[in-house]
Amino acid sequence: MPGAISQWFSAGDYLLALPMILLSIFALGILLIDLMLPPEWKSINAWTAGIGLAFSTAAVIRIHLAYARAGQGVLSYTGFMGSMMVDRFAIYFFYLFLVGAGIAILMSAHYLEIERENHGEFYALILFSVVGMMCMAAGFDIVLIFIGLELMAISTYVLVGFLRSDRRSNEAALKYLLLGAFSSGIFAYGLSLLYGLTGSTNLQLIGEHLATHMRENPHDPIAILALVTTSTGLFFKIAAIPFHQWAPDAYEGAPTSITGFMSVAVKAAGWAMLLRIFLSGLYPMRPIYVPLLVFVAIATMTGANLAALTQNNLKRLLAYSSIAHVGYMLLGLIAGSSTTPSATGIQGILVYLLVYTFMNLGAFAVITSLRRRDVIGDEIDDIAGLITRAPAEAVLMLIFLLSLAGIPPLAGFYGKYFIFLSLIETGHYQLAAVAVLYAVFGLYYYMRIANAMFMRKAVDTRPVTLSPAMATALAITGIATVGIGIFPDLFIRAAGWSLSIAQPLQLTSLFH
Amino acid sequence: MLHLILFSVFAVIAVAGALNLLVQRHPISSALSLIVVMGSLAVEYLLLGAEFVAAIQVIIYAGAIMVLFVFVIMLLNAGVEERTKGSKVALILGFPAMLVGGLLVAWVLLRAPNVGSVNVGAMYGPPKAIGWLLFHDFLLPFEVTSVLVLIAIMGAVVLASPVRSRFSRPQPEPERQALKAAAGTEPAHEETVTARRSS
Amino acid sequence: MPQNYVPIFLFMGVAFAIPAVTLVLFKLVRPENPHKTKLMPYECGITPLDDARGRYTVRFYIVAILFVVFDVETIFLLPWAVRFRWLGKFGLLEMGIFLGILIVGYIWIWKKGALEWV
Repeated sequence: MPGAISQWFSAGDYLLALPMILLSIFALGILLIDLMLPPEWKSINAWTAGIGLAFSTAAVIRIHLAYARAGQGVLSYTGFMGSMMVDRFAIYFFYLFLVGAGIAILMSAHYLEIERENHGEFYALILFSVVGMMCMAAGFDIVLIFIGLELMAISTYVLVGFLRSDRRSNEAALKYLLLGAFSSGIFAYGLSLLYGLTGSTNLQLIGEHLATHMRENPHDPIAILALVTTSTGLFFKIAAIPFHQWAPDAYEGAPTSITGFMSVAVKAAGWAMLLRIFLSGLYPMRPIYVPLLVFVAIATMTGANLAALTQNNLKRLLAYSSIAHVGYMLLGLIAGSSTTPSATGIQGILVYLLVYTFMNLGAFAVITSLRRRDVIGDEIDDIAGLITRAPAEAVLMLIFLLSLAGIPPLAGFYGKYFIFLSLIETGHYQLAAVAVLYAVFGLYYYMRIANAMFMRKAVDTRPVTLSPAMATALAITGIATVGIGIFPDLFIRAAGWSLSIAQPLQLTSLFH
Repeated sequence: MLHLILFSVFAVIAVAGALNLLVQRHPISSALSLIVVMGSLAVEYLLLGAEFVAAIQVIIYAGAIMVLFVFVIMLLNAGVEERTKGSKVALILGFPAMLVGGLLVAWVLLRAPNVGSVNVGAMYGPPKAIGWLLFHDFLLPFEVTSVLVLIAIMGAVVLASPVRSRFSRPQPEPERQALKAAAGTEPAHEETVTARRSS
Repeated sequence: MPQNYVPIFLFMGVAFAIPAVTLVLFKLVRPENPHKTKLMPYECGITPLDDARGRYTVRFYIVAILFVVFDVETIFLLPWAVRFRWLGKFGLLEMGIFLGILIVGYIWIWKKGALEWV
């Protein structure tokens, strides 16, 4: 045991955890402030949450600056006895989570008043779930990753069931909770097997031990069992087919702003965890998991695109579309971990997650704004004739839909472009062809919504009113979707920056 | 030697308790069998030298979690389970698949060449060692755990406390429901679950 | 080490043996003469009206889950307590943060009225 206690942790450790610490403090503050607020002042909670996110962003920028100052020599900062690693990869995801949560809060403010469920817990839970996501993205120890995962997941279960007087919300929360708990159990089993195999909970050490282990014993059944159970848990969290059944129900029943939040931030956190575990811990098992990924990716794209064709509920449709997007991103991972690893594949996933955050949140913001006291507004009939009711929103929705479909001048194109490029670079021509085919399918169901908006008559002719917060959310997502499409270089470079020296691909040096 | 005998005895008790849990028809009896399982698992942990885990097993699982179980059973007022034929799929596919899966995992774990065996009681894990790990190596996960526990409290209170807002959401109109039913996308929430009351 | 637990195992053995022995012994010596009225639950001499298992209110659930949660918290105190002197002020601070977060939660449920039994 080392000597003086004061030497255990330095200021650097706390700086790395500062974004999480600030968010926790603000979330606790919201809980306490909410107790003192009269009902008509509840919007203060949303403001407090927003300020908390701003402070946390400032802390992330502070860490970011530390990297900028240190130059290219510094690979990554680890803290808390190696349990946490805030590398550029983690910083990139921190920004994604904070932006996703911020826009979700903007979307929620007015929506919760309509639902008459405007309680402070809602915002506190969003902040806590972001803390969990940060633990998942920055965790370099499976204990921290798992606790972060549970923190995020439990907050999300509660948020999904937040509309207690709505039976769909209750049903969704229960389904999500049961299936989520089950998958967490399988995931934990896989992690425990990995710990048993390697004797360590640190991903770096797990990777090194597994590498020697696999060299001596390439088809060890226990390692395969550990891989299969771990990846089952991971696929469940990102909702890849065949572990997707919870997604459409949970997305449909959840409060619409939370559906948006789940489809971007929660999913991004799942991806951060998946990339970390696959590329750091399990990388030595690459020859075994790539076929698995190919199967899951094809199943996901096929199943989700076919199921989305017949949906009449907008939230369900977008749920299936979000599952389909997971399929495309998995292709990036296949390219990123094939025999000649391609950084383009992983970079493609990061770009994809970034643009997806804006375009999908934008689409959900439009759906959220259709909610009124007497209209749920999540059926395809409710969006019919939107062009006459709210022209600006209809045009924005069209932009988001075209972007989701991957039409060139918009942001969504660059996500798909990088993934397909990486597939071609690594010689996966068949997979690229299949993916392009399914992207065309996608265009069909997105255009169904567009068709309803522009060609059909409105059932409900009242104009749609926007709260200032919602207008801000729509403006941010709209500008970002178009802006990334027109000036992609900056964002692609950001994704490249987060990847360029990221830990994951370093392990490739172990194979030659 | 004494260790091995005790270990085997409690292993048998745990499995017997688990089987009893499945065949009992009254939920309370099943819950009590679960306590037996938890208790014997605690003894197994103790025999393996994991003192702290054994204490947790007794205090949390056999104590608190089981109280929660029993409360929920009382809450639902679940009576004696009605025996049904069970689904054919479960009988033909489920049980054999479970058996095969379980045997496969057991075979894999037992036959794997590189799994060393550990003597009973060789790995000693007293609370002091856990304290060192928890407050040094795993400090951050430990502090995050407190947030996790807080979330659990909030979740319970938010979801289970009586509904204060008296305004319910509009339910979908009838024709839309019919449309949905025709499209086959009718969500399952319309089915009302009838609670079986004990007679 | 686990050897220290031998007395506990002995104690457990005795504890299990006593009820088993008494039950078997009494079964052998007592007169066996069951009757429907005798087997009825005793309710101050009045014929029972209803099943003893009534439905509980959902409040019990909240109380139970709060109990579980604070029980988990207590468990974390044990490894800290046995290392208390050695962890010193730093350990006290760590535990203070841990408990502080939970105390905020406690204040919240208290003020929220989840503990009120109306």
